[in-house]
Amino acid sequence: MARLIRMDQTGHTTLAEWSASDEASVQEAVQAFRTELDRGYYGVVTTGPGHAEMVRQLPVDADLVIMRRPIAGG
Amino acid sequence: MVAGPLAAPAEVLPEVAAVHWRPRADDAKLRRDARLWTAATAAHVVPFVGTAIGLVLLEPLAAPVSLIALAKAWIIPELYAARGGNVVRAKARGDEAAERTALGLLGDLVGHAERERAAQTGLVLERGRLGVWLLAEAGALLVRPGGRRVFCYCVRAADPDLPSGDRIAHLLLALRADEEGFATVANVAFAGARWRVRRRIPAPMRPALDAAARLSVEPGPGDLGRPAHEAAA
Repeated sequence: MARLIRMDQTGHTTLAEWSASDEASVQEAVQAFRTELDRGYYGVVTTGPGHAEMVRQLPVDADLVIMRRPIAGG
Repeated sequence: MVAGPLAAPAEVLPEVAAVHWRPRADDAKLRRDARLWTAATAAHVVPFVGTAIGLVLLEPLAAPVSLIALAKAWIIPELYAARGGNVVRAKARGDEAAERTALGLLGDLVGHAERERAAQTGLVLERGRLGVWLLAEAGALLVRPGGRRVFCYCVRAADPDLPSGDRIAHLLLALRADEEGFATVANVAFAGARWRVRRRIPAPMRPALDAAARLSVEPGPGDLGRPAHEAAA
């Protein structure tokens, strides 16, 4: 099962799990992803060692999608 | 230049829009900035050293005043370096269960060796195209190719309640997505000699800085493309 997680005060929270073959679970994950985008989170997928990519739509074929807060200079 | 696993970004880090007036950081800009920092340091040191020498030549009895001038020539760059070293100081720990969960996710992102380094030093090493990065909870050090110069960046996730592992993971994911964008968003607190920074960071972090310096020297062909945690081992 692929997972959508959000990094938060608990370490991380699993927001949705889906299987590409299960359309209902995909739709649920897409909705959860959009909700987090609306809350100001950014979606990121790791694409191999040392690589990551920002995503604006849920990549259904990804194993793990991470929602993170924006960063800023201190 | 250190070849590394960080690829050219598919898109610009969205946070860059918040600092749209800044020129995008790249290797040439960092080299220019390094020269400016060196010039600023010289502008602080040379007048005091010159004053110290001149005073003694004019009046040997003014030696105590010369010593004060020499002390200032030493202390001012040290204060700048201390400001740089402060960017990697650890923050207060939160809930232990959350910290463990966050460290687990961080370990999934960086591998076992880097998770161990994070546990021991509080820093995660990541090799990039601009140099070798050491990521902390609210800042980052960039050891430039050759290992002699370090940029100290103040940068953090916009959520102060995150556990420490998640704070580092935020910076890591942003860095991996767009290294130059990351260096653009982050604020430079200091850029200067590695030995100055090394003296000003907590002792447990110094081995990580040493490892980054070793890795920042031009890698052999066998290192090209290897993940940082493997190449630094």
